[in-house]
Amino acid sequence: MTRARKLACVVVLVVCVTSAAANWIAPSGYAKQFRETPDAPPSHQHLLGTDEVGRDRFARVLYGTRISLLLAPAAALVSTALAALVGGLAGYLGGFWLRLARGFTDLFLSLPWLFLLITVRALLPLNVSPLTSVLITFLILGLLGWAASARVLSTSADALRNSDFILQARASGLHGPRLFLIHVLPNLTPVLYAQFWISIPVFILSEANLGILGLGVAEPLPSWGSLLRELEGLISFREEPWRLVPLLLLIVVMTSFQLLLSNEEVTA
Amino acid sequence: MKINKTDLTAISRLLFCVAFLALSSAAFAQSGGELRFCLRAEPKTFDPLLVDDDSSLSIRYLTGGVLVRLNRHTQELEPQLAESWKLSKDGKQIIFKLRSGVAFSDGSPFSADDVAFTMQRLMDPALHSSTGDAFRSGSGAVTTKIMAPDQIAITFPAPIAGLDRLFDQVAIMSAHSPKKEAAVLGPFMVGEYKAGSSLLLRRNPNYWKKDSQGRRLPYLDSIRLDIQSNRDVEMLRFKRGELDLINVIDSDYFDRLAASSPGLAHDAGASLDSDFMWFNEVAAAPIPEYKRAWFRSTNFRRAVSEAINRDDLSRVVFNGHAQPAVGPVSPANKFWFDSKLKADPYRPDDALKLLQADGFRLQNGALFDKAGNAVEFSIVTNASSKPRERMAVMVQEDLGKLGIKVNVVTLDFPSLIERISQKFNYEAAMLGFRNVDLDPNGQMNIWLSSAEDHAWNPQQKAPETAWEAEIDRLMRAQASAADPKKRKESFDRVQEIVAEQAPFIYLVNQNALSAVSSAVQGADPGILSPQTFWNAERITLNPTTRASR
Repeated sequence: MTRARKLACVVVLVVCVTSAAANWIAPSGYAKQFRETPDAPPSHQHLLGTDEVGRDRFARVLYGTRISLLLAPAAALVSTALAALVGGLAGYLGGFWLRLARGFTDLFLSLPWLFLLITVRALLPLNVSPLTSVLITFLILGLLGWAASARVLSTSADALRNSDFILQARASGLHGPRLFLIHVLPNLTPVLYAQFWISIPVFILSEANLGILGLGVAEPLPSWGSLLRELEGLISFREEPWRLVPLLLLIVVMTSFQLLLSNEEVTA
Repeated sequence: MKINKTDLTAISRLLFCVAFLALSSAAFAQSGGELRFCLRAEPKTFDPLLVDDDSSLSIRYLTGGVLVRLNRHTQELEPQLAESWKLSKDGKQIIFKLRSGVAFSDGSPFSADDVAFTMQRLMDPALHSSTGDAFRSGSGAVTTKIMAPDQIAITFPAPIAGLDRLFDQVAIMSAHSPKKEAAVLGPFMVGEYKAGSSLLLRRNPNYWKKDSQGRRLPYLDSIRLDIQSNRDVEMLRFKRGELDLINVIDSDYFDRLAASSPGLAHDAGASLDSDFMWFNEVAAAPIPEYKRAWFRSTNFRRAVSEAINRDDLSRVVFNGHAQPAVGPVSPANKFWFDSKLKADPYRPDDALKLLQADGFRLQNGALFDKAGNAVEFSIVTNASSKPRERMAVMVQEDLGKLGIKVNVVTLDFPSLIERISQKFNYEAAMLGFRNVDLDPNGQMNIWLSSAEDHAWNPQQKAPETAWEAEIDRLMRAQASAADPKKRKESFDRVQEIVAEQAPFIYLVNQNALSAVSSAVQGADPGILSPQTFWNAERITLNPTTRASR
């Protein structure tokens, strides 16, 4: 393990543990409005100051990190599973099924994603709790984000289908689901693993993009997207540098994921 | 040393020349130059009768000559191309006595023919002019009668309340000039237009108005309008001295500017704009019946109104640059505001009593109705408005103290409009009303129960409640009365009913905030649009100050 990867591991671990302990570290909570001190600078009471309606920004960063870091992997899991099903199976079956899956995947990739996300989000029921809205948002991201991974997996599975050991297995009388489960899928695992890790930062950034449009996680629940939205209209970094903390955190965590990922890719 | 008579003459000539040059330079400092500011979007039209967007409105204001002009400061009508006017007692006819010796920017003379041509074109149904819609009072044609080259009578098929004020929006077009809308009677004329980039308005050399010293207005040579939708860029350019005005800025920008350059930020006080929320009372709306019953209860709506801390909304969301809203008319509207009314104070205890009177009960921090349903509803608002989102979040916390669970939902604007005006698939909504018309006739489309914009329960075949029937009657009464006092009495009563019934829960009136460079002299930012350049013809630039910025 390289030094950079070790550092990345430590960073991800520290961020995960700190956000998991948000209830104890920031007992005031993410929703309480200190209306006498809106938009306040950092103080002993509020380590990162308060937001526009007086909520403790430190608490919101911790809770927002928890939400984004918990649900982005969950969404990545959903999308990778879908990709394995569509791409892996199509690659394994080959021929007509492979052409069909690739055509469908290409069509899916050509859709205007942002507008599709906005439309799907607008169609959802209105009266849902903030927690449900988070789950729905990430589920949508997971359900809509499988296509790129499926393309990669179909190519890998297609290559496996024509490999010598698969031909030998077939010649030995192994067919159908057993061949797929015993020989194809285990050999796709490194690719699946890499696709899973790639998807996490993509979903975090997608939620952040939706949040910037005001269409992400519902208030008062924070997420990295809603926290980044506070940077809208920030003219000078020097005046309120503490407002950059969510952005810095996002950059650090994404970089750490990338460092971890680069190692996995070598393995894959 | 001896000074002879010739020397004295030379010295006196020299002194005269110096004095003349000094006076001339002072005079030049008072006139000429190019004023620069931004339009937030591309103008959709240069035809003054088809104007329907903010950018085109600004251009029409600067280039169009009108018969009468509403003074944006005093809110009184002032004569412009009409020296005087007379309204008939039945409110159907108006006679204008026109100013003589006036010419369009292309030199063609102005006469009653042009007014007649403009009115006929304005009222042509094929034109689909929103300005013309304000004059449509009943079936039948609008007739014009030229009584003399400088006198015209315009007759409408039915009475129009506040008829004379409507002419503030009618820019007179030339009947004979081949240049049509390019021939204008206002202080400026369109000089150069680069689509998507900028618009240059040049001084109209034939503008009729002169100042008290007999100098022809406007003082400025030109106005450059850059098309810029990004407000961050607009503010940066203003700070760099590349722009002279920002007509409307939000409270965040305002405070930053006020902190760095206090003299440039102008808060003219409460504007006519209001932010408000309402509940969905539509009978066919796809919401549970028990929720519809809450929303249709006056006590429920009044309780919600009293549980909202408007002072906090003004202070926290708008940094104090807003006032708790009273009702459909802002206190800034000097004539039409009902001064007997006050904004609902924050009274959560009284709010709870109102709810208890309707059978609601507070249990373990949650509110339940008579049937045991937990009180929970969603508020939809548009995703693009940060202040509105913040207000929704604060309302969420205020109502949470009464045990009401509120879910805030932000939607893109088209989805929001579809839900609130077509599918009625929402529970409560929060939006703003940008009012540009002082007269209550401009709100007929909101208050009549049959109207499309009667947001809480639109397009009713017959009023579903007695108080809505009463509002219908009063609005029609004020619209058909010619006497302003009688109109005011009727509309005061409408405001009182709205305060009692709370179909709209008014939250705040935002202040009119603007920025004016120190190089600009004579600007007097006000609350009525256009806030900063309503007296553009009298604005001057100080080139020394501009150069030093």
